[in-house]
Amino acid sequence: MKHLIDILDFSTDEIDALLDRADDIIANPDKYREVCKYKKLATLFFEPSTRTRLSFESAMLSLGGSVLGFSEAKSSSASKGESVSDTIQVVSCYSDIIAMRHPKEGAPLVASFRSEVPIINAGDGGHNHPTQTLTDLLTIRREKGRLDNLTVGFCGDLKFGRTVHSLISALSRYTGIKIVLISPDELKLPAYMKTDVLDKNGMDYVETTDLIEAMKDLDILYMTRVQQERFFNEADYIRLKDSYILTKDKMDYAKKDMCILHPLPRVNEISTEIDDDPRACYFKQVACGRYVRMALIMKLLEVEA
Amino acid sequence: MNIDSIKNGYVIDHIKAGMALEIFRVLELDKLDCPVAIIKNAISGKMGKKDIIKIDAVIDLDLDALGYIDPDITVNFIKNGVLVEKKHLELPERITNVIKCKNPRCITSCEQELDHVFKLTDREKRVYRCIYCESMAKQR
Ligand SMILES: [Zn+2]
Repeated sequence: MKHLIDILDFSTDEIDALLDRADDIIANPDKYREVCKYKKLATLFFEPSTRTRLSFESAMLSLGGSVLGFSEAKSSSASKGESVSDTIQVVSCYSDIIAMRHPKEGAPLVASFRSEVPIINAGDGGHNHPTQTLTDLLTIRREKGRLDNLTVGFCGDLKFGRTVHSLISALSRYTGIKIVLISPDELKLPAYMKTDVLDKNGMDYVETTDLIEAMKDLDILYMTRVQQERFFNEADYIRLKDSYILTKDKMDYAKKDMCILHPLPRVNEISTEIDDDPRACYFKQVACGRYVRMALIMKLLEVEA
Repeated sequence: MNIDSIKNGYVIDHIKAGMALEIFRVLELDKLDCPVAIIKNAISGKMGKKDIIKIDAVIDLDLDALGYIDPDITVNFIKNGVLVEKKHLELPERITNVIKCKNPRCITSCEQELDHVFKLTDREKRVYRCIYCESMAKQR
């Protein structure tokens, strides 16, 4: 039995196979309509995240399975002080697979130790969110046709952005990847990400504070939110926030086939005037999220079409 | 107890001078009933000064904890008054309940009964990370 706790739990071969499966689901949805009939997915959300939960539930329903669960800790026995381990041993009896989100880092790993059924980490605090990374990888591969030989820019909050860290780790296993890190000094990629991931894998990367300057080389631009609470004072925030907002005029500097991703929700970091630009892929990314979760559920349940 | 003659037990040798008390604490040797001797600042050809701990009983010795504290330690196993094995320690791959994760966002911060487990992620730089949240242990 296999779990997905960290994106690096899967080899690149496994990820490639998963993305192939997702492509096939998109091409032939009818083939998959009943592959998980009579199977149950439990969504255990100890912390609310409506869109992630809906994506999982929609994925399971699209495979003909059913769903049960809770959407916040208040409505679970965790509010009575039950341990993660006990909750999981109980829910294991009611379901065939579990998607779990928890505010504490490492909670899904704890769950996997005692679970009788596969556990999917649907986000553990600021730590991991591997299905977001699978979503990002599927979107990139569908848009670009490959996961190697790409120049990928990350813009905004690179310090706290877990989706950025996971995607960089995942891309570190492909060849010819060049990373461009675009952020204010206050929100640069942490040093350990540079030593332990970028340098360790001999990856080519540059750091800059200038989005426009970086734009012309990028195949992918991964945008993130710059949140006010990350700054010590409001003046710094106001001074910097507009530099990392993607607007129509900045898009003039980009390649004609650049692809913009964003883990959503966005606030104002991507101007809505860009939504109709063919390079805006963030809503396609949402759709990819469901397909890749379908492929993942199938893989972990070991069902075939 | 004659500190030179252990019948059945261990001589933990080549401890960096000054570290014996920390080892005493981590291995919880205060909880033992058997004779335990701590020798501080013994003269050593190689090290100048060293500490030594002698334990005159067969106990469940946590070699991983010892290796984590100081991989240069040697443990001598004594049986019937004879040295039967000399073990040179190395950095262990995993340590359990030797150090605690200090990350307040870690699941170990709210579930008291969980083991605090760290794994070696970089042998050269002696980096240990919490298996739950991947926080780095403070370097020794
Ligand atoms: Zn931890």
